[in-house]
Amino acid sequence: MSWRTVSGGRIDRSRLVQFRFDGKSYAGHPGDTLVSALLAHGVHLMGRSFKYHRPRGVLAAGSEEPNALVHVDRGGGRETPNLRATQVEIYEGLVATSQNRMPSLRFDVGQAVGLVARFLPAGFYYKTFMWPASFWKKAYEPALRAAAGLGRAPVAADPDRYLRRYAHCETLVVGGGAAGIVAALQAAASGARVMLCDEGAAFGGGLLDERDAMIDGRPAEAWLGWALSELASRPNVTLLARTTAFGWYPDNLIGLAERVTDHLAMPDPKLPRERLWQVRAREVVIATGAHERPLVFPDNDRPGIMLAGAARAYLNRYGVKPGARVVIATACDSAYAAALDLHAAGVMIAAIGDLRTDPRSPGVDAARAAGLPVRTGAAITGSTGGLRVTGALFGTEWVACDCLLMSGGWTPSLHLHSQSRGKLGFDPASGAFLPLETAGQRSIGACAGMFDLADCMPGHAVMGSIAPNGTHAGLVKGAKAKRAFVDFQNDVTARDLLLATQEGFRAIEHVKRYTTTGMATDQGKTSALNALAIVAERLGTTVPEVGLTTFRPPYTPVTFGTIAGASRGALFDPERRAPMHDWAAGRGAVFEDVGTWKRARYFPAPGETMAEAVARECRAVRTQAGIFDASTLGKIEVVGPDAAEFLHRMYTNAWLKLAVGRCRYGLMLSEAGFVMDDGVVGRIAEDRFHVTTTTGGAARVLHHMEDYLQTEFPGLRVWLTSTTEQWAVIAVQGPQARAAIAPYVQGIDLSPSAFPHMSLRIGTICGVPTRLFRVSFTGELGFEINVPAEYGPAVWAVLMESGTLTPYGTEAMHVLRAEKGFVIVGQETDGTVTPDDLGLSGMIAASKRDFVGKRSLRRPDMLAADRKQLVGLLTDDPGIVLEEGAQIVEDPRQPIPMRMIGHVTSSYPSATLGRSIALALVEGGRARIGATLYVPMPGQTIAVRVVAPVFYDPAGDRLND
Amino acid sequence: MKFSLRTLLTQGLAGHSGWPEQWRSPEPKAAYDVIIVGGGGHGLATAYYLAAEHRVRNVAVLEKGWLGGGNTGRNTTIIRSNYLWDESAAIYEHALKLWEGLSRELNYNVMYSARGVMMLAHTVHDAQVFKRHVHANRLNGIDNEWLTPEEAKDFCPPLNIGTDVRYPIVGAALQRRGGTARHDAVAWGYARGASALGVDIIQNCEVIGIDRDAAGAVTGVETTRGRIGAGKVGVVAAGHTSVLMGMAGVRMPLESYPLQALVSEPVKPVFPCVVMSNTIHAYISQSDKGELVIGAGTDAYTSYSQAGGLHIAEHTLDAICEMFPMFRRMRMLRSWGGIVDVTPDRSPIIGLTPVPGLFVNCGWGTGGFKATPGSGHVFAATIAQGRPHPIAAPFTLERFRTGRLIDEAAAAAVAH
Amino acid sequence: MLVIPCPHCGPRPENEFRYAGEAHIARPADPEALSDAAWADFLYMRGNPKGRHAERWRHVHGCGRFFNCIRDTVTDRIERTYPAGTAP
Repeated sequence: MSWRTVSGGRIDRSRLVQFRFDGKSYAGHPGDTLVSALLAHGVHLMGRSFKYHRPRGVLAAGSEEPNALVHVDRGGGRETPNLRATQVEIYEGLVATSQNRMPSLRFDVGQAVGLVARFLPAGFYYKTFMWPASFWKKAYEPALRAAAGLGRAPVAADPDRYLRRYAHCETLVVGGGAAGIVAALQAAASGARVMLCDEGAAFGGGLLDERDAMIDGRPAEAWLGWALSELASRPNVTLLARTTAFGWYPDNLIGLAERVTDHLAMPDPKLPRERLWQVRAREVVIATGAHERPLVFPDNDRPGIMLAGAARAYLNRYGVKPGARVVIATACDSAYAAALDLHAAGVMIAAIGDLRTDPRSPGVDAARAAGLPVRTGAAITGSTGGLRVTGALFGTEWVACDCLLMSGGWTPSLHLHSQSRGKLGFDPASGAFLPLETAGQRSIGACAGMFDLADCMPGHAVMGSIAPNGTHAGLVKGAKAKRAFVDFQNDVTARDLLLATQEGFRAIEHVKRYTTTGMATDQGKTSALNALAIVAERLGTTVPEVGLTTFRPPYTPVTFGTIAGASRGALFDPERRAPMHDWAAGRGAVFEDVGTWKRARYFPAPGETMAEAVARECRAVRTQAGIFDASTLGKIEVVGPDAAEFLHRMYTNAWLKLAVGRCRYGLMLSEAGFVMDDGVVGRIAEDRFHVTTTTGGAARVLHHMEDYLQTEFPGLRVWLTSTTEQWAVIAVQGPQARAAIAPYVQGIDLSPSAFPHMSLRIGTICGVPTRLFRVSFTGELGFEINVPAEYGPAVWAVLMESGTLTPYGTEAMHVLRAEKGFVIVGQETDGTVTPDDLGLSGMIAASKRDFVGKRSLRRPDMLAADRKQLVGLLTDDPGIVLEEGAQIVEDPRQPIPMRMIGHVTSSYPSATLGRSIALALVEGGRARIGATLYVPMPGQTIAVRVVAPVFYDPAGDRLND
Repeated sequence: MKFSLRTLLTQGLAGHSGWPEQWRSPEPKAAYDVIIVGGGGHGLATAYYLAAEHRVRNVAVLEKGWLGGGNTGRNTTIIRSNYLWDESAAIYEHALKLWEGLSRELNYNVMYSARGVMMLAHTVHDAQVFKRHVHANRLNGIDNEWLTPEEAKDFCPPLNIGTDVRYPIVGAALQRRGGTARHDAVAWGYARGASALGVDIIQNCEVIGIDRDAAGAVTGVETTRGRIGAGKVGVVAAGHTSVLMGMAGVRMPLESYPLQALVSEPVKPVFPCVVMSNTIHAYISQSDKGELVIGAGTDAYTSYSQAGGLHIAEHTLDAICEMFPMFRRMRMLRSWGGIVDVTPDRSPIIGLTPVPGLFVNCGWGTGGFKATPGSGHVFAATIAQGRPHPIAAPFTLERFRTGRLIDEAAAAAVAH
Repeated sequence: MLVIPCPHCGPRPENEFRYAGEAHIARPADPEALSDAAWADFLYMRGNPKGRHAERWRHVHGCGRFFNCIRDTVTDRIERTYPAGTAP
C-alpha cells in the first residue's frame, strides 16, 4: 500500500528523486527528508541503539531526533557519520546507510547484548574488568571500545571547502517559526538590520504542520508565504535557512552554522559546503520553540512509536501517513491535533489513551465529536512488537496498532538563553523551566512557555489551532522502570536512573555522568526533563530542587571544518618570508620554520648531504666570505630625547655613553632576572637607536618595551617603532668580506681604523641608502648591510655577481657562532638562565642602580653555587658529535635515576676545527674546566672534557681585522 | 560491597536492589582533625590517602557543589610523566605509578588506559627540546622515546606526516605508559574508598571563611552549613584557591584562566593514542565511548566564568583539521570550560603556608588531572606529618621568594 | 570574543587586544631597598579575585596603548576602561 496521502504537504509530487538506503533503492519527492521518504515506503526501522542494539524507528521530525542516525557518503572522501535522517534532505543519488549494526539493521548480532542486559546496568564497567590487570589494555578495553561509538569516522581527507563570515546586526532572530517571523517583521519595520535564521530547510517552524489554522483571515500557509515575501523584500533583512544558531559567546556573539550544499545533488563547486557566521547582535530574539517529550513506559522505543507532533509533521508537511492503525498515548492536548489530522487523512485511530482523568479542551471535544475513541485516565504501560510495534498495552488491555504516538507535553528549548547565562525559573503549570528576563536578549514563543500559537503571534488574529495544554514528565504512573527508555540513543532507562540514585548519585550532573543520560548526540533534548522528574520523584523532592544540567554549546553538532573554515595549509598560519626568500628557493635552499618565518637552513649543491653543505658553507666563511639573509632578526627603532636613558633601564649594560656610530651587544632580562632576549644595538644619532632582537622575540620585546615605556616610565620621551619588515639585512662575513662589498659602497670609509668592529655608518650601497653595521656573529670580519626591504633582492643579486660570496644558511650560522661561543637565546637559554650563568656577568653595568631584572639577580637561588653555567665540551673521540639535549653526569656507573648535572645545548661537527664541539650548561661548570664528565647514551657512555666555551679565535683577532 | 564480576552477576540476578550508596553523605560533625576544602580528584585522593596510609580518619571533604564538578570532570584526561625537570618528573612519575595500580587499589575501574602519549615536533627547535626531555627522562627511569615521522605514523595511522601542511611533523616523543583514564570514576572511586575508611564527604557545603585563633593558627572553617572546627585545613580548590586563601589573609602567586575543551560525536575506534602538539596547539584522543576528545587553549584573560570565546575552539579545530584532514567532517558535540589556576612557573604549589595548620595544594594549571593520585598521596603525607613529603618539598610557596622556580614552560622555550 | 572599549579607539573585538595582567601593580621606585619577600610580592603575588577585577589590556593591533579595565571575572562583563596611569 502507499503511505502517501492523496494530496497536501510541501513536497513536489510532480517529480521523483531516487536515493538508496542500506543498499536498496527508493524514490521520494523533492522536499522530502530521508525519514519522510522512507516512511512513505512504510520503512520505520532506521537505526540501532548504542548499548543494547535495540531496533529503532524515528522518534521526532527535527534536530532533536535520537534514533534515526545515518551515514551519508557523497563519494570522494565526502562521508559524514551520525547525521539525523530527519534533517537529511533527499537529492537524486543520495546514498545513506544505517549505523551500529552487524550485518544489517533487520538482523544485528549486537542485539545479543540484550540477553545479558540485566548484568549491564548503568556504570557496570566501573565495577568489573579489573582482573587481571593486564587484561584491561589487551582485552576488556578494546572490546568496550569496539562496542561503543556509533558511526564510522571518515578515513580520507575531506575535499570540501568551508568559509567563515562575520556580521553585525541590531536584531538577530533565532528560529523562523511563527513567533520569530512576527518578531522579525516588527524589527524590520524600524529599518534596523535584522537577521533571521532557522535550522530547517524552510521557514515556518510549527506553522508548517498546521492544517486548519487561520491567521489574519488567511490559511496559515498563505500567511506564511506573505510574511516571508515581505521579509525577503526588505534590504535590511537577511534570511538564513538551514542555519543553526549553535552557540552563544560573550557580548552577544552568536555562532551560526549554515549548511550550504549538503542538500544539493550537484552543488556549484564554488560554494562552500558549510559556512560559519559569527554574528554580533545588539539584541538577540530567541524563538527556538519547544521539543515534545516522550512518555516513559516499558518498550517505548519500538519502531513505529513516535512523538505525536512528529507524526503530525510527517502528515502535514510531507504528506506521509506514519501508520494505518494508530494508537495515541498522551498527557497533552496537542496529540489531539495529530489525531484529528490523521483521522481526516483516513488513518484509523484505534485508541487515544489520555493519562489525565478529565482532560478538557477544544481538541478533546473535537476528537470526541469526530467519533475517535478517547479514553481518559488511561496509562500506557507497554508495547508489543519486534522490528515494528504491533500493539499498545494499557494495563492488561492490548490494543493492536502499527504506529503508537505519544506526547508528554512540550519542553521549551532553553539552550541559547541558558548558554548566555540567562537565569531560569521553574513553571509548575507547564512543568517546565522557563527563561527569565536577561539584558540584551528576549525569549518569545514556545521557548518562553507560550505554547499556544495565538500567544506566539501578538497583533495577529489566530483561529483554528489547538493549544497544547497538559504536561507529564517522568515514568508513567503504574508502569515498570525496566526497559522504559528515557535517553533513547544511549539506552538509559528509568531503572538506570533509579539505580544511580540508589548508589548515591543524587546531583543531576552525577546522574547524567553515571548513567550517560543526556550525553548522546541529541544531548538530551527529548530526555532531560523526564530524567529530572524520575530522579526528583525517587529523592522525594521537586524538579527545580534537583536542578538542570548546564547547557553548553553547540545546540546541535557542528562540523569541525565549518569552525576551521579556510584555515588550512598556507592559510593555517601566515607564512613570513624574508626579502631574499625567492632567491634562496631558486638556489635550492632547504628551509626551516622559525616562529612563523621560513628561513633558509642550508644551500645544498647537487648531490650534497646536509652535513657536506654545512661544512662547505662554514669553510667558505672562515676562508673567504659568505653571504647570509639576516632579515628575520627583529628590529625596533627607538627614538626620542630620552632614548638612551630608556635603553639604559631596559638592558643590563650601560648605554648613556655609547657614541653615535657605535654599536653594542645588549642583554635584556625579564623582571624575574632571566635572559629574555639579546641583540646588537646601534646609535644612529643622539636621539635614535637601531635595536635588533632575536627572530622569534621581536614582538615580545616590543611589547615588553612598550609596557615599561607606557606604564612604568611614562615620563620618558621615547617612541618605539617596529621596523623588522622595513629592512632587508644582508650579512657578509669572512676575511674577504670587506673586499666583497667595497666596490658597491659609497660614502663610507671601510678601512679598519675608520670603521672599526661594532660600529655603523650611513651611506649607500649600489646607490641604495644603507645602514651598514660592522658586526659579526661568526667571529670573522663581518658586515650587516641594512637596505630598504624592497631593494634587498637587487643588492643581494649585485653582491652575488662578484662570484666570491658563498650563500650560507642558519645551520652554518649556528655552527660558526658556536665555534666562537656566542649564545643563542632559546637554545643556550630556556627562560631559567641568568647572565652570570652564561658567563656574561661582565654585561651587567656595576654602575647602574637599577634596570629591569636587576633586583631579581640578588635572590638567594640566583646566587647559588650549584647554578648551571655555560661551558664547552670536547668529546674524547673527536668524531663523536653529542646529541643536543643529551644529559651530563659525573658518575656514569650510578644506578637510575641518575643525578644529572647539566645538558648539551648545542653540538656540531666543526669543519674548521676538524672535530666535534659542544656547548653545555653544567652545574658549577666554570669550576669544572679541565674535568672529565660523562654523557650516558643508549648503548654507550661518552666521555667529555669540560673546556671554556670559545673554541675558535678566543682573542677575537679576526673580528678586528 | 566489593565490586567484582561476581557481585555484578549476583546483583544482576537480584535486580540490582542490593547496591549500596557508593559513598555516605552524612551531616557535618562539629569538628574534624583534618578538613579538606575541595571535593575534586586531588582533594578526595588526599582524604583517601590520609585515611588509608596515615590512619587519619576523622576527616571531612567539603565540596561547594558536587564531587568532581570542577576540573576533574572538565579535562581531557591525559596522563603522562615525561616532564623535563627532576622535580616535576618525580611527582608525575609518582602519580603514574599509582595510576597503574589505581583500579585495584580502589576496587573501582578508573579505566586507566596506557595507550601512549605522543608529542609532535614541528621544528628543529621542537626536536631539540623533546630530545632533551627524552634524554632526561631516560636517566630518570621514565619511558619516553624519540620517533621519526614514519615511526610516529606507524603508531598513530591517522597522522599526516606529509609536507603539504604548514608545519610538517619532524618527529615525535612517545611515552608508551602515558594514556588516559575515566575522569569521573577517579573522583567517585576515591570518594568511595575514603568514605569506606570513615571520611565524611559533604557536598553542597561552601567554605565562606577560615577561622584562626589569637596566634593565627587555623581552628576551623565557616561554611554555608555552619561552622566546622578543624585542627588542620587543606585547601585543594584549583581555580578558587586565591579566593579561599584570601580568607586566611594569604596572597597567592596564582591566576585563574578559562580552559576550554570539546568532544566530537562518538564514532567507532579510529584514533589509537593521545597526540599533543604544543606548537600548533592541538591535543586529541578518543574516549572509550568513541568521542574524539580535544583540548583547546586558555582564554587570554583571567575568569571564573567556565566559558570562553568561540575563537579558542576555532584555533584548536584549525589545528586538528590541519593535522587530521579526515576529521574535518566530524562534528563538535559538546564544548565546555574549566578554571585552571596557573602559577608563574607553571608548576604546582604543594605544602605548608604562612598560617599554622593551613596547607595548600594548587597551581596545577592545565595539567592537574594526570597528577591526581600523586598529588593526593604526597599532600596527605604533608598534612599528616606537618612537613613536606620529599617529592613535594621543591614545590613550596617559598620558591617564589628564593627564585628556585621549576619552570616547565620555560623548558619548552619559544624558538630563537 | 569579548568586545573591549579601548579608551582611545572605542569598542573593538578582543582579538585586537593583548591581556596584560592585574592593574595598579606599580614597579617599586627602589627595588634594591626591598626584601626578597617584598620583591616576590611585586613579581608574583596577585589578587585573582572572583568578581570585580582591575586589569590591563593593550590595544596591540590598534593604537598600541596599554589601558586599564574593570571587568567582572564571574560574568566577564566589562564595567569600564580608562587610560593607563589614571585611577579607576
